[in-house]
Formats: sequence, C-alpha cells, structure tokens
Amino acid sequence: MINTFKAPVLTMIVLLIIGIALDLGLNAYIQLMVLYAIINAILAMSLNLVSGYTGQFSLGHAGFMAIGAYVSAYFSTRFPFFAGLGIIFTTVGGGLLAAFAGWLVGLPSLRLKGDYLAIVTLGFGEIIRVALLNMNALGGARGISGIPSFPSFLISYSYACAWAVICFFVIWRLVKSSHGRGFLSVREDEIAAQAMGINTTQMKVHAFVISSFFAGIAGAIFSHITNYISPSTFTFLLSVNVVIMVVLGGMGSMTGSITAAIFITAMPELLRSLQDITGIDLRMVIYSLLLIFVMILRPKGLFGESEITDVWRKYVRKSA
Amino acid sequence: MSANLLEVKNITMQFGGLKAVDSLSFSIPKGQLAGLIGPNGAGKTTVFNILTGVYQPTKGEILLNNENLVGKKTYQISDLGMTRTFQNIRLFKNLTVLENVLIATHQHISYGHLDSILLTNKYKKQETEMHNKAIELLKIFHLESKAHEKASSLPYGEQRKLEIVRAMATDPCLILLDEPAAGMNHSETHHLMETIAKIRQDFKLTILLIEHDMKLVMGICENITVLDHGVKIDEGPAKKIQISEKVIQAYLGVEA
Repeated sequence: MINTFKAPVLTMIVLLIIGIALDLGLNAYIQLMVLYAIINAILAMSLNLVSGYTGQFSLGHAGFMAIGAYVSAYFSTRFPFFAGLGIIFTTVGGGLLAAFAGWLVGLPSLRLKGDYLAIVTLGFGEIIRVALLNMNALGGARGISGIPSFPSFLISYSYACAWAVICFFVIWRLVKSSHGRGFLSVREDEIAAQAMGINTTQMKVHAFVISSFFAGIAGAIFSHITNYISPSTFTFLLSVNVVIMVVLGGMGSMTGSITAAIFITAMPELLRSLQDITGIDLRMVIYSLLLIFVMILRPKGLFGESEITDVWRKYVRKSA
Repeated sequence: MSANLLEVKNITMQFGGLKAVDSLSFSIPKGQLAGLIGPNGAGKTTVFNILTGVYQPTKGEILLNNENLVGKKTYQISDLGMTRTFQNIRLFKNLTVLENVLIATHQHISYGHLDSILLTNKYKKQETEMHNKAIELLKIFHLESKAHEKASSLPYGEQRKLEIVRAMATDPCLILLDEPAAGMNHSETHHLMETIAKIRQDFKLTILLIEHDMKLVMGICENITVLDHGVKIDEGPAKKIQISEKVIQAYLGVEA
C-alpha cells in the first residue's frame, strides 16, 4: 500500500511547494495561465491515452470536456449543498457523465478506423456543442454564469494539481500494465492483436471511456476557474488544440503531453510582448511557425515515445 | 466424441461471385503435424483466415474440441486454443520483443484496471508470473538476450521465430503457421524444422502448416492436404502426395 501512494504524494508535495512559490511571486494573470496549463495538461494526457497509446484519432475531446464542465457547473450553481468541498462531487459527477458519453459514442464509432473515426468524433463534439446551445435549462447561448470560484489561487491550484496527479498516475500505471500493453497492441496491429486473444473493441472502448472521464474532470475544474462557460468555449478548435498538444509532445509520452500543454498555453501569451516591439500582431504567425519548425525538427514530437526521464538519462550518460 | 482436435466440415467462402474456398472438409487428429499446400492463389491463407475468425464462412462448420467456431470472434477463438502466425510478419514492431510476448499472455490475467492503478498484490503476482513465462518461452528460442530490443530491429529469421514464440504464449492447443519458412535460406529453414519439431514435442502441440518449401513440408508433415482453386484435390501422407497425378497437374499443368 505504501508503494501505491508514495510517488503520487511526493509529486503532489513538490507541486504544492511550487504552488506556494507561484502564489507569492506572480500576478493574477500569470496565475490564471498556470491554471489553464494544468487543465490543458489533463486534457492532453487523457487524449494521449486514446491517440498516443491506443492509436485512435479522436477530434471530439472538447465535447467530453463540455459535458464535464456543464454538469459540474449546473450542480454547483443550482444546489447550495455543493458549495465548498461539494465541488469534489460535482467534478466527479461531471467526469462520470463524460465517461458515460464516451462509452455511448465509443461503442458504435470505435469500429471505424483512422480518418473515419476522426470524422465521427468530430461530429459528436459538434452535436454536444449545438445541443448545449439549444438547451434553455443550461442557459442556451448565454451559458452558465456565476459558477462559484475557489477562495484563493493556492486552493484552485492545489485542486487542479491533485486531479492532474491522479490523471497522470492512473494513465501511467494503466499503460505499464497488461491492459496498457493491450492498448499498445491495438495501435501497433489490430489484426495481430486479435489473433493473440486481445478483444480490441473492448480495449478501445476502455481507453475512450477513461479518456473521456478525465476530459470531463478537466472541464469541471475549468468551469470553476473561469466562473463562466458557454457553448462557444467548447468548439472544434479546442479539440484540435488538444490534438496539437499530444502530437507536439509525442504520441505515447505522458511527460511529453504535459510539456507540450505548458508550451502551447504559454507560447501565445509570451509572444504578446513581441507585439509591443513590432507594432503589428504577428503572434499567431510566429506561433504557427514555431509549431511547424518543431514538427520538422522532431517529427515524432518533442519526446517521441520516450519520457522526459529517458531523455534525461540519455543526456547524463552522454556527458558522463 | 471424435479424436480429432480440429474438424472442418464443408466450409465455403464466397467473395461476391468468387468461391475462394469450395466445400472444403478436413480434420486434424490431436498431436498431428498437418500440412496445407497448393499453388499460389489456391485459397490457403483464406482457409487460415476462416479458421481464425477473420472471415466468417458462407457455409460450413468448424469444430475445435467439438466446439463450433463459426460466428466466434478472432480473440475468442484464440482463447479457445487456436492461434496463428502470419504470412507477412505482423509483429508489434515498435514494442520490445518481451512486450510482444507479454501481450499474447494478456488473455490469462484476471487482474482489473483498478488492480493495476493501485498496484495491488494480485497485480504484482500476475505480472511477475507473466514475465517469467515470457522469458522462459524466449529462452527456448534463444531470444532472451534480445528481450528488450525493438521487435523491428531483429533480423528477419528471428522475427519469424518471435511470431512463433508470441503465438506459443497464448497457450494454444493448435497452432497455424502461415509460411514460416518464407524468405529463409537453407540453413535457416533446416533450423526452423528442428524448432517446430521441438515445440511440438515439448508442448504436445498440434500444428497446421502452410508452406511452399516442399522439402520442409514433405520432411515433417504427417498428413498433407492439397488445395487448388479452393477445392481439395488430394490428401494423405507425403509419399502419396508426391506421386499423385492430380497434384502434379495442379502444380505443373496438364500435358498437351
């Protein structure tokens, strides 16, 4: 049992220390960016399970995030019972409903492959968005506002980090287990995997459900940080952004996903200062160019399939 | 109850207007090393695909240990003890040799997702067992020193071998080998023959083999089924097949 919680707790402690430093040293704007980076990291890690490890191309991640965001926001705003610590329940509730949606979508659509699956998931993401747009009980186009926020940066940071750590270790340990090797075998060669006794459809659905769960969690945290959500937040572009993070970080690299999530969140913001010098807004141009360069120089993503620890080890061995 | 491990009764496979396999029947008794030969395009690999559930036959019955396989999915058939190798190697190329073998043992584990997330004792125990079993199998084929190399980095002959190891890891009672000697030179083929004979003895396996290398087929197969245009034209031991008029005609054509 000690082994079960040792690494996650240690990681959490390190993150908390960083959090306290951030709390003292940074302004509110950068703190918000930090929170977005953590949410993006959860999204990227969860999509990595489906796209990177199981090899299924999904473009509907924003849809699952929207479900989590709306469910948790709805309960937090309508029922005072869920104020304060109740957010844990609304977050988990949002995750579970997103997971259920993932199961509903996954069961029929995961029989498709590659481009076809991408189109189906893309369609699903749009269906969710349009459905939300037309549901008056959920605010329609006005969205939900007045979602209770966290009392302080440190609390919201700790909460988001806790979920990021859970997400990381759940997916990390899964992919290291026999189930994870099952996911990998689906990516590598579905026909061979079946011949070796792997129920590939079940594998894909499992990966999809777990991934949707964490997308829902990310959505729930997001809604409580921005305090306002509307259907226009969860567009197709958001899904694409998450795909970019996964590809940029390396398909099948957890630490790669995290690094890319931080990079993608920070880049457009850091480039803002450039506008003061040049006078015109070249932000997105440079951002796109940077992405193109990274993909040319590292076609398999920043880390490929290895983790940041592997890269570190390689570097140390070389210099030794 | 019959003593036959596999019994194929009148299977027909129709792709549109093409009958790839036409009312084919054959049976394999337990422990036999059977061969399936025929000229190119005779339908041999189609037969393998039907047996393993990749295709569902248009008509007919397939019994493994008296259990009907028609309608079952590939992974269920693998669970029942029939597994295969592929004509064009289908390893999990980007994974290590060890992982390739471990994946094939997945069907025997009973721990769930939660066990692996919480690192329970059940998880650890079964993982250790899987690893030990996989390493042991690799040792038989002298691949254990390459356990942590990528499967794609192995030389061709060893990739073929690894496919057999991987198939063995599913604990099969019947193993289908699709041209295991394709692309091998004489000494490699000879080595392969020995390996096949050895695993058959050590694991009490029944083997069905597709092969173009006649030396290999005639050398080790006890019973040979000859297929041409999806129809069985002859069957019997090597000596009978070698002098069979129909077989010679199928391979060499009819004298004008």
